[in-house]
This record gives sequence, structure tokens and C-alpha cells, in this order.
Amino acid sequence: MKNLQKLAAVLMAVMVVLCGALLLTHEVSAATEGKISGTVKYEGTPPHMRGIDMSKDPYCAKANASTSPHMENVAVGSGGGLENVVLYISEGLSGPALSQPATNVPVFDQKNCEYTPHVLAMDVGQTFKVTTSDQTAHNIHPNPNPMTGNIPWNQSQPPGAPPVEKSWKAPEMIEVKCNIHPWMHGWFAVVKGPYATTDANGNYTISNVPPGNYTVTAWQETLGTQTAKVTVAGGAPAKADFTFKGK
Amino acid sequence: MRITLHKSLLCMAAVVMVFPLASLAQQTKADFDARIGMESHIANVTGHAKNAQYDYRRYCVGCHGDRGDGMGENFPWVDPKPRDFQLGIFKCRSTPTGTLPTDQDLSDTIGRGLDRSNMPPWNIFTEQQKADLVAWVKHFSPRFATEKPGTPIQIPSEPEVTADRIKAGREVFSRVQCWKCHGVTGEANGPSASTLQDDLGRPIAAFNFTEGSRPKCGSSDQDLYRIFMTGLDGTPMPSFADNIKPDEAWDLVFYLRTLMSEPSKEKAIAKQLGLKPVDTNAPAQPSGQQ
Ligand code: HEC
Ligand code: HEC
Repeated sequence: MKNLQKLAAVLMAVMVVLCGALLLTHEVSAATEGKISGTVKYEGTPPHMRGIDMSKDPYCAKANASTSPHMENVAVGSGGGLENVVLYISEGLSGPALSQPATNVPVFDQKNCEYTPHVLAMDVGQTFKVTTSDQTAHNIHPNPNPMTGNIPWNQSQPPGAPPVEKSWKAPEMIEVKCNIHPWMHGWFAVVKGPYATTDANGNYTISNVPPGNYTVTAWQETLGTQTAKVTVAGGAPAKADFTFKGK
Repeated sequence: MRITLHKSLLCMAAVVMVFPLASLAQQTKADFDARIGMESHIANVTGHAKNAQYDYRRYCVGCHGDRGDGMGENFPWVDPKPRDFQLGIFKCRSTPTGTLPTDQDLSDTIGRGLDRSNMPPWNIFTEQQKADLVAWVKHFSPRFATEKPGTPIQIPSEPEVTADRIKAGREVFSRVQCWKCHGVTGEANGPSASTLQDDLGRPIAAFNFTEGSRPKCGSSDQDLYRIFMTGLDGTPMPSFADNIKPDEAWDLVFYLRTLMSEPSKEKAIAKQLGLKPVDTNAPAQPSGQQ
């Protein structure tokens, strides 16, 4: 995989040039912060989400007795809105914009033997918490690629366990699993800078964006990524809508 | 036109941010050469990576490969697969989950071998040779160049085995639910046992306490303590450090002994007590005396 290294070298050269250019332009004030908002839709017949058989753990089966639990890899709302899509700025942020106040600690809960939320977005270096509301033991086991600088770990959380607090070093979409309950499958979406996750109707708003020209990326765990260009100025939020097409 | 120090710092930071991309790539000979000065420090012995080249070629390369990626010529025939040293992820550590092992850990592993795998114990080496091999193993991973090993967990001195402690250990086994994978009798047949996979997505069995095999990461009481308090990274076996107190951990070690086939003081006491496997229908309930 020499190519990746080459790519890195080229990227680095580009960065150096861009930096030079930036140094010669005049100061931009970051005081007026803007927003990017929009809707992510799914077009076509939503794919069938397999039901989950939780009978191996009576606690889990009982907790879901009145619902029929199913996989969540593509969650389409009634109006066609796509839930759990992560939106972030993939180009245009200058410098290490630490977008989140230290008081914003995203929480990933293990509840009724499922992850809530299914996708937890966060900034690089931002502290997040893993909690359990269940009366059965889980083990929380993210599996990043250690070559990115994110290191895998694996901790048990039996009933009543204290929260696990962690952060990640590098941007990466990290799969999370529970080995005890193999249907439990979620994501830590680690991105650089401000981010948002779509709600059940596919709506999102990214806050804390300084004025500028950006590329916004929408990431969905099985449908992949899409990008859009936006310009953020003071005042009304910049708009970026996305549509993922079914196969 | 104004050039601020602030801005140039931001720029430097942005450039540095791109660096990790370079390490995403497979490690090359040039990367290894850059780390050939890697050392290890084990007791009063200093190991030097460059001095291990001959031993590695002769004894290890067939499984772990030229680049330390576990792709040696035996790769297709070996299961579990030889460790990929480039990732820096190790099962046997005295350090918390998600951290690098100490040099001593790696040296102990090489000497001990890994039971239930093709990795044999290496008792032909001097301490110096082992230390050199440890440095060599480390030089394959960029992590050892930038990260320090984790801080080894503290193990309080071992208390006396008593009937109460064994019963308390049974409660811990029940409460934190080791049986989900290992089974109530320790036969690796818990409700989750059949679906376990390692981090590479390959099926993996939980440890069977009853069939007389040795744990990979050592079979002393201290080793058992360390195993469940640090976890075996790269496998489903998690760390319980946040959920088992040091004193309880010793109770659990004693209870694990009662599940094992080797005769032990613990086993004799359990027999006397008529200790039964934990009741999974009442996992949260302390079940008191047997
Ligand atoms: C016959 C094949 C084979 C040979 C030869 C071999 N290994 Fe291994 N080694 C393995 C396998 C297989 C594993 C993984 C075992 C497992 O995951 O349970 C392993 C794992 C390891 C580990 C990781 C231990 C951990 O805690 O995760 C180290 C370190 C190691 N070997 C060092 C060496 C050294 C040094 C040599 C040469 C002196 C060597 N090995 C020779 C097959 C081999
Ligand atoms: C999520 C499933 C799971 C849970 C829960 C679990 N284990 Fe394990 N355990 C495993 C697996 C899988 C292995 C085998 C790892 C390997 O062979 O590399 C293992 C291995 C072990 C070993 C042998 C390690 C070695 O060096 O070979 C011991 C001892 C052990 N577990 C004790 C425990 C105890 C005590 C608990 C509860 C406190 C526990 N385990 C909970 C899955 C689990």
C-alpha cells in the first residue's frame, strides 16, 4: 500500500501550499458562527431489516416482548427521512477547530440489549460515555483500525456497572460490538470538527460553523457517503439536502 | 496583510494532522529500518532489535513473516493465526485493555508460548536473546515508537484460601456473568459461546476450564487475576477492572480453581461444601450459602 503513503505526501505538500496562501490572506473573524441544516431522504423501497432473535438471553427477550426488535442498518422514517446519518465538514475547515464545549459529553447507552443511539457521532478528542441500563451483562468492544491511531479496547459492563469514559484520537467510523449479544452492533462516528446526526425524520443541523465555503459529507453505515458544497455566512443556516437511492 | 503567530501555528497543526495517513499504510522496510534502534528493558537486561535478526529468521519468520504481519509461509495452516506485530495488539498483558504490554510481558509470553495455538514455548533462549527478540517484535509496530506501555495493574498480595472466599468468588462469577461465555460449569458452553468471534472476525472458543488445558497467559494464581482484570485484547474476553474489586478478584481466582480439573485445595473445599454451579435464573441475587 505504497499509494497511501504517496497520497499522504501529496496531501501534505498541498497543505503546506494552502497554508502559505492562507497566511497571505487577511484575517477572518470567527466570531459570527453559522449553521448548516437540511434533510436526508431515502428514495425507493426501504430494504427489509431482519428481525433479531434474542431468545439466547431471556432478559433481552423479555425486555423486547412487546416490540419486534430488528436490525437498524437502514432506518427509514414514515416520510422517507433517513435516521442515523452522520453529517460533518470534510473540506474547508481551517486549523484544528475544536467544535465542542467540554460539557458536551455524548452518551452511548446499552438499553434493552440494543445501542441507543445506534450511531454516536463525536469530534476527535471529545470525551464520550458508555452506560448500561440493562440487568444483563454486556461487553463493549469497539474495533477500530489501530493503524489510524485509534486503539481497540474491550470492557465488560455487568448490571449496575459505572460508565466507561473514553475519547478517540483520529477520525474513523468505528464498529462497536457486544460479543455476548452478537446482534448488538453500532458505530462511533469520529469526525473532525462540528457534526450532526439525522433524527427519525432525516433532519439535521450542524452548529458552530464559522463562515466559509465547505464540503459537507453525509455518511450512512451501509449506503456510503455523499457530499455537497455549501457557503456559510452569518444569518440563515446554509442548506444541504441529500438523497440516498435504494438498489 | 498581517502574519500572525497564531495562524501559522494553526497551519502547522493542520499539516501534522495529515501525518497519521502515512501510518495507515502497510509498514515497509524503510519504516522498519527507521526503528531498528528499538530497545527493550527487562530487569537489568537491555535488548537490541538489530541483534535478534538471526534468531527471528531462524525461529519465528515461518509464522510471523518477514514484515511481522503474521503472513509467514505457515499462515494458511495455522489457526489461531500468527499475531500481526504491526498492529501492536497483544493478548497477554499486565496492562489495561487498549494499552501496549510491557517488555516483561512480551518476554514472558515468548518463554511461555501460547497454549491451544501453534506458538510453542521458547525455552532455548537466554534472557538476552529473549530481550533482543522483544525489541525486534516491537520494531514492527509504529505504536511502540510513539506510545508508552500501559501502567501494570496492581495485584495485592494473595490472601489465604477459605470456604467463605470460594463462596464469595462464586457470587462474583455469577454477578459479572462470566458464564455467558464460559458456561456455569466452565466448559466454554455458555449461551453466547457459539457465536464468539475474534477482532479479525474468525470464530474463537472461550476457555474451557475443565479439560486440563493451560491458559495462554499463564496459569499461576497471579496470572489468572491478571487475565480477567486486563482482558485478552483482540478477542471477546473483556477487562473486568472497573467491575471487580481487588479483594473480590482473589475470591474469583479461588472459585475458578474449583472449576479446573487439576486437584487443588480450592477443589477439595468446594467438594466438601457441595458447591453447585451458579444459578443463571437469579444472576443478580446473592444466593448465600450452599
Ligand atoms: C509455528 C508458528 C509460530 C512460530 C514459529 C512462532 N509463533 Fe509466535 N505466535 C504464533 C501464533 C499462532 C500466535 C497467536 C496465538 C494466539 O492468538 O493464541 C503467536 C503469537 C505470538 C505473540 C503474541 C502474544 C500475545 O500476547 O498476543 C508473540 C509476542 C510471539 N508470537 C512471538 C514469537 C516469537 C518471538 C517467535 C520466535 C522465537 C515466534 N513467536 C514463533 C505462531 C508462531
Ligand atoms: C464475551 C465472552 C466472555 C466473557 C463474558 C468472559 N470471557 Fe473469559 N474468555 C473468553 C474467550 C473467547 C477466551 C479465549 C481467548 C483466547 O483463547 O484467545 C477467554 C479466555 C479466558 C481465560 C483464559 C485466558 C488465557 O490466557 O488463555 C480465563 C482465565 C478467562 N477467560 C476467565 C474469565 C472470567 C473469570 C470471566 C468473568 C469475570 C470471563 N472470562 C468472562 C470470553 C469471555
